Formats: sequence, structure tokens, C-alpha cells
Amino acid sequence: MRVSMRVNGRRVTAEDVWEGESLLFVLRERLGLPGSKNACEQGECGSCTVYLDDSPVCACLVAAGQAGGRDVVTVEGLAGAAGLDAVQQAFMDAGAVQCGFCTPGLIVQAHYLLRETVDAGGPVPDDGEIREVLAGNLCRCTGYEKILDAVRLAAARKAAAAAAAAGQAEPGQAEVGR
Amino acid sequence: MREFGYQRADDVPGAVALLAADPAARYLGGGTNLVDLMKTGVEKPALLIDVRELPLDRIEVTGSGGLRIGATVTNSDLAADPEVRRRYPALAQAVLAGASGQLRNMATVGGNLLQRTRCGYFADTTKPCNKREPGSGCPAIAGEHHNHAILGASAHCVATHPSDMGVALTAFDAVVTCETADGPAELPLAGFYLPVGDTPHLETALPPGALITGVTLPPAPVAATSRYRKVRERASYAFAIGSIAAALDVQDGVVRDVRLAFGAVASRPWRARAAERALTGGPATAEAFAAAADTELAAAEPLPHNGYKVALTRNLVVAMLTELTQEAVR
Repeated sequence: MRVSMRVNGRRVTAEDVWEGESLLFVLRERLGLPGSKNACEQGECGSCTVYLDDSPVCACLVAAGQAGGRDVVTVEGLAGAAGLDAVQQAFMDAGAVQCGFCTPGLIVQAHYLLRETVDAGGPVPDDGEIREVLAGNLCRCTGYEKILDAVRLAAARKAAAAAAAAGQAEPGQAEVGR
Repeated sequence: MREFGYQRADDVPGAVALLAADPAARYLGGGTNLVDLMKTGVEKPALLIDVRELPLDRIEVTGSGGLRIGATVTNSDLAADPEVRRRYPALAQAVLAGASGQLRNMATVGGNLLQRTRCGYFADTTKPCNKREPGSGCPAIAGEHHNHAILGASAHCVATHPSDMGVALTAFDAVVTCETADGPAELPLAGFYLPVGDTPHLETALPPGALITGVTLPPAPVAATSRYRKVRERASYAFAIGSIAAALDVQDGVVRDVRLAFGAVASRPWRARAAERALTGGPATAEAFAAAADTELAAAEPLPHNGYKVALTRNLVVAMLTELTQEAVR
């Protein structure tokens, strides 16, 4: 069958897709996007996490046909013209990577967490919230501490940037504060 | 994985007609369980009829103050719905206690009800399993069964139903609505799952070819004071070894209304009606809660390695009802 979808903002079509292929297989083997990793293949490890219509899912359990006509964003689609996404940069700065196999899934899921919290004007997520949102992403190397550091760092940087932007946008209030 | 076809249904009658034309076909919701089981060869449908795009994704308050939940509502959307959280908080808590965020974003209400047991022998196609291959035997009874059923099981199968959502729905008297070739039909969740008996491979009373279109919750003021608690072998993202959905209305120290359902103890979410009867009209005390739990669990038939579930479930009843009593007083 033919499967057309939008991937990282680009319309793509994969031909002669077998019904038994997963979205993950299509991304990696047909569309040249190996960022999403193929680990457990049963939805347990989160290494294949991608956005499907704006919600993170395990691409290994999405049948190729289910992705037809939908919008997919992979870890390759997070960086913009200005460089790495804040979550990617924080994973590098915090040293939150060992073998790297779980990293793309963790980055997408952490990106989602911050999109729903700090980016939406909400508070910085606490550790319990970070742990729960990342519960579906398994890492066999790090013990998770550096990963938590990275998410905290990205959240703090985003919050600081938002506060700075708000300060610039509302000079009147800043004046009163002095 | 074996060869199969994939087709997206355009509307509900179209989906039902597609399945009627090919009885070896299966409806596909989110696929988080079915696709997984197809990879391992447990499920071998000839055709997947994708129903996730059908317009069954709404949650509506009914005229009587209950809720109508569409079959393709995702677990994430169900748990986030303000009316669900306000009217049936235990349902939102149960959904959030299940799976991971990634899986809840794909999984649907209809699919959740039809998910298969996580018994390791069922999942392993090299092993006998009466649920997967009728008549082949049940190795769990003499083997690994620390997370198997203590209530309502049989000598043919001791598997548990894995749903968290279903436990809360059972406590609140949910009714499953479906569409068949002969038109719409309704099935109370209390009668939705068949007794295990000697036919563990026959799991539900859904008419052949029926498509689940939604779940209706009747109004239940008691449900506003409700909670779900799940015990797992790790802090998050694991199936229950015991769980409870409970709702309680206490006035002047007397139980006016109570709902109790247990998870991970039977082949279906287990409504604890004997305990509810024992409690209603009586004192809201820890002693009464424990006695009611004992009444319900008197029918338990634990195996050598899952006897802990009797004590665990009893403790869950006492702890939850004690907490709800305090919440009701506030």
C-alpha cells in the first residue's frame, strides 16, 4: 500500500509499504530518519517516541496505515534554524547521554513535557512530574540522574527566557518594580 | 508477523459491514495491544479495520447527569476531561495509572475493554494456553502465577484482566454501547465479560461482529467522592498486582452509598457487591470496612504463590474507605 504523511513539516509518500510495517520502520528504513530507535518493539521502552498529530506515541506500535494522512515529528525535526532545541542542548550540557540509544525518545518526551508546562506559561515541572512523564522511557545506562538534570536544566533555561521576554514586553511593570 | 490487510473505515455502518464480510478481520483502535500481539503471533487477523478515525471521540454529559464516552476517545483525553475528573475522579485516576503517556495517547476506550490478559503463558506461543489454544492446558496453575486470579477463576484458566480503566467503569455501572449488523445494542459492563468456566477463550458477550461505539455512565452522585489506587511492583508504568476503585457517601458516620471494584484479581474487573451490601447502612469504621472486605474475599481461592492478593485487596479496601470517609467529612 501507499502511505502519505507529513514528516517534520515535509510531505512524504512511501510506496509498496507492507501492512505489517510499523511507523518506526517506515521512518527509519524508507524515509532515511534513523533518529527514532528500534529497541523493544513492544511499546515498553519509549526509544521510538515520536509526535503523531502533536501527541507523543511509540512509533513501533503504530501500524504504517494508521499514520497515513497524519503529521509526524521525529527527533530530527526538533532542531530549528537557530540550532538545537533547548532540550537537546541541555542533554549535551548535562552529560545525560551514555550509549545514546534511549536519548532520542527521551528528548521527544521531555520536549513534550516542557511544551505542556513551561512553554504553555505554567510552572517548571517538579521532579515527581518529570519522573512520571518519563516513566515510559527506559534507560539501561545512566541511572536517570543526569537525564533528570538535563530536563531540569532545560526547564530552568526556558523559564528564565520566558521571564526575560516578559520583562522586555512589559517595561512599565519593570519600572514600577524598581 | 503474518500477511494481513489494512482498511480505514469511513463510518460506523461501513466498519460493521467490512467485518461482516470477513469474520477473520478485527477492529483496530489505537493498536497498542493488538499490534503488539500480532508481532508475537498471538493474534493473527486477516484484515485490520481501523476505526480510530470514526466520529466516536466525544465525551458528553447526558440529560440525566451521567456521561457518554465515545469508543475512540483516547485514554489521555479521557483522563484530562474536566467532567470526568469532576463527576468520576476515580476513572481519571485509573486511566492515568495505566501504561505510559505515549501509550495513553494512542489507546482508546473501546480497545481498553477488549485488551487481552498479560499472562506470560498467553503471550508465549511456544507454551500451552487454554485462552489462546482451547484444550491445550493451563501451565500457570502449576507454574508462574504470582500475578494471577484469586476470584472467579477455573481449573482451565487463572488469567487476570489487565485494565485499570475497566475497574473504575465497573464500579460506576457502565453500559457498553455497540453497533451490530442488526443495529445498535447495549450491554452492561457487569455482564460484558463472560465467566471463565471451561471456555476461557470466549471473553466477552459482545454479539459477533459488533463494534463498540461507546460507554455510558449513569449519574452517580457518590462517584464525586471516589478514588482509584493501584499497587505495582515498581513506582510507575507496570500492570497492577492489586487495585481498587472506591466511592463512598457517609453521613453522620453511616454509609449511605458505596461502590467498590477490584482489579488484578479476576478475569474481569471485579465488582465487590457482597462488600457493598455489608457496608450499606452500617457504620463507617475501619472494623466494618475490614469485615466487608472479608465477606467479599471469602470466595477467594488463591494459588500457592498469589495468596498475598487476599491480604493486599483487604488492605486496599480498608485504606481507601478510611481515606474517603475523611474526605467525605471535609
